[in-house]
Amino acid sequence: MRARIAIGLLVVIHAAILCAGFLAPYDYAEQHREYAYAPPTRVHFEGLRPFADRFPIRFLAGGRLFGVDSPGVIFLWGADGAGRDVFSRVLYGGQISLATGLGAAAISLGLGLFWGTLSGFYGGWADRLIMRGGELFLALPWLYLLLAVRAFLPLHITTVEAFFLLVAIIGMVGWVRPARIVRGVVLSARERGFVLAARGFGAGAPYLIRRHILPLTWGVLLTQATILIPQYILAEVTLSFLGLGVGEPVPSWGNLLAEARQYHALVNHPWMLAPGLATIPLLLGYLMLADILLENPERQAPHGRN
Amino acid sequence: MQVVRTVYLTITLVWLAHALPDDRLMLSGDVGSRGGRLVSAQRIEPKTLNWLYASDVSSREVLQRLMADLIHINRQTLQPEAALAKSWKGSADGLHWVLELREGLKFSDGEPFDADDVVFTFQVILDEKAHSPQRDLLILGDKPIAIRKLGRYRVAFDLPQAYSVADRLFDGVFILPRHKLEAAYKQGKLEQAWPLTAAAGDVAGLGPFRLKEYVAGERITLERNPYYWKVDQAGTQLPYLDELTFLFVGTEDNQVLRFEAGESDIVNRLGARNFAALEKSRRSGEFNLVNVGAGLEISFLFFNLGEPPAGASAELKAHLAVLRRTKFRQAVSEAIDRESMVRTIYLGRASALAGPVPPGNRYWIDGKLKAPVRNVARARRLLESDGFKWNREGKLLDPAGRAVEFSILTSSNNAERQQLARLIQDDLKQIGIQVSVTPLDLRSLLELVQKTHAYEAAILSQASADADPNPDIPLWLSSGVNHFWNPEQKRPATPWEAEIDALMRRQLVTRDYTERKRMFDRVQEIAVENQPLVALVSPNVLVGAKKKLGNFRPALLEPCTLWNIEQIYWRGAGTGVRP
Repeated sequence: MRARIAIGLLVVIHAAILCAGFLAPYDYAEQHREYAYAPPTRVHFEGLRPFADRFPIRFLAGGRLFGVDSPGVIFLWGADGAGRDVFSRVLYGGQISLATGLGAAAISLGLGLFWGTLSGFYGGWADRLIMRGGELFLALPWLYLLLAVRAFLPLHITTVEAFFLLVAIIGMVGWVRPARIVRGVVLSARERGFVLAARGFGAGAPYLIRRHILPLTWGVLLTQATILIPQYILAEVTLSFLGLGVGEPVPSWGNLLAEARQYHALVNHPWMLAPGLATIPLLLGYLMLADILLENPERQAPHGRN
Repeated sequence: MQVVRTVYLTITLVWLAHALPDDRLMLSGDVGSRGGRLVSAQRIEPKTLNWLYASDVSSREVLQRLMADLIHINRQTLQPEAALAKSWKGSADGLHWVLELREGLKFSDGEPFDADDVVFTFQVILDEKAHSPQRDLLILGDKPIAIRKLGRYRVAFDLPQAYSVADRLFDGVFILPRHKLEAAYKQGKLEQAWPLTAAAGDVAGLGPFRLKEYVAGERITLERNPYYWKVDQAGTQLPYLDELTFLFVGTEDNQVLRFEAGESDIVNRLGARNFAALEKSRRSGEFNLVNVGAGLEISFLFFNLGEPPAGASAELKAHLAVLRRTKFRQAVSEAIDRESMVRTIYLGRASALAGPVPPGNRYWIDGKLKAPVRNVARARRLLESDGFKWNREGKLLDPAGRAVEFSILTSSNNAERQQLARLIQDDLKQIGIQVSVTPLDLRSLLELVQKTHAYEAAILSQASADADPNPDIPLWLSSGVNHFWNPEQKRPATPWEAEIDALMRRQLVTRDYTERKRMFDRVQEIAVENQPLVALVSPNVLVGAKKKLGNFRPALLEPCTLWNIEQIYWRGAGTGVRP
């Protein structure tokens, strides 16, 4: 049951973020300067017709789910300092944040799987080299390093480049933990009866890894993914918060939150915190899923009892 | 009992008034009562108490309370006033100045003050071996000014060349106690003297307060200087306050929070949004929030007009070639909507700028410059006449057919400048220019602008230290370090920069105000014609203080709120306002 709720939640949120272009009433960069920090628009009904202040809300007009003819505006979650719709920006921002989370998780799991398998399967000096290298990686003060690196990067990073850079950085930094877990699984798998038997029949390393060892790691990887994705979404938030993420005017949850960190925003314009709230159901969904997977180890490792 | 106490108090006061030095300075303003403690939250911790090596704002903020200068610029009237020097006289050619010092004054440790201290101070500042950054203030045309002692309370200064406002030179040049620092100076250890951790008894000055205690990372507390040389109209020795505490809180937001919570009593230079938030605060009845009006700070966009740096990419070179076109810069200026900046970012509490001098500087602004109005049509005409075209998607193409784009650097910890950049980005998009905004920490930004020159455009703010144009000379002269668009040139790169150089140098030695004003007006006009820096807005000076503070008279010039700290008092002091 809990699994269904979690999965349902995730599906709904992912769908909403994917369809931002349709669901959001405005483009993320559209400025309405006369409405700087406008509070959420009041929506009310006259009969069955919804109105945003005095203007009727129109549905399915101009390729958007809903909208208001100018000079009316509809800001469901208020507007930011340049009069941009926070609701639209949160939806569009989710695309960057989510893609970062998924992309970075894929990179770090891929790297983790590769190095972890190598290190666990071959052992010896390869194992020591990889694991000590990993520890070195963990010990680096990444945040300061990134701040320094930013100063050397070309100033003209387009948003797309910044995005890939962000994904690559976050993904590369995080390979050590999955690699250690995979190594543990591989180490124990190496000594299992069926692996030893296969080896006795003359199976080579590539065959053993592909056929017998990798299938054992899937469960661990899946659980790791459900933990890492929300972690990386938050990492994007942190990096953008520090000005290392995608640049204006493209939104991400991180740079949206960075805007809300000012005193006056907290006091006078609390709707600027909407992106913070938007992350909650998404992270909750992923973490619930991770929880369920961790509680049921038999689901994790279907081949475990062979 | 009451009578006895009153009589006793009167006698003490009369005795005190007579015991005070003859040359004390009487200040006008409300007569207050002594006692109480004032707390001010600062953003950043000072770096040193040694004025000779203090180049950061936060150190100066504290030192201004501990030290005094010979001639001081009144922060409210913006005119020079007698301080440690009670009078001064210049020769007809303006090269020789004689200053009469106040007699019988004492440093905060009780040691007497005389001409030897003044001579010592100028000697160490000007000593090249002492490496004091303050030395630059006393160099005119590459030569230092000279000082001579004429008597115990009389000194003479000889300037190497005529200087338009010689009396203003002395503002902020704090007189140091020879008896405390001479030994360190002789041993060549002046730079190590008076760190923040110095013992309270080691630091002495002529300011209204003296050091009491410093707690690293938290606060610095000053106490009343019992030997201070200013009195109020009733003859009471100033300052009124017993103690002054500076808390270090890190950010403007924290300053505002502390102020709102009542943990600090005074707040300097608020952002417009924070000011509005405080106005709406539940406790706003306890504060005096003052909009002092247009200040002396300007925010401006400027372009890299220097030669491309060695090893610059072809892309950067192409972008810089476009930025070098005067008509392009004029078009950018025309396309920027300054009024909406004032409205959305500053809630109307700022002025849109026509030129590089803010309206707050009423003595020097060129009134002939027209108020800036956004004119996209004119921007397009300007670009067209310079060979720019638009492609089918509406993107602007330079005469070589490349899409026009550039990046703007802003400081990542200044929200207002980032918002300015965001509005510019949108404004310029409407004439087809693609702008990317790159937030960087201020240090990396200045490194790029002043050292490596590998950037295209940036937004910065500058607050003048004085209403007079002379302190801004490093901005105007092509050889200046703050000539942001092309700093430290060997020879002026363009005819208009040469003209600015000539005008600024000429006004520097001219003593007639109208004559100087005419020259500086021309400088402003040249700047507007060529737009090396596109002046954007000048924020108003917004400050706040507890309502119970008497003599709170905020000024336009830094330090806006604490400039008259010796006169600030708690109304109803003694009734337990602050422990």
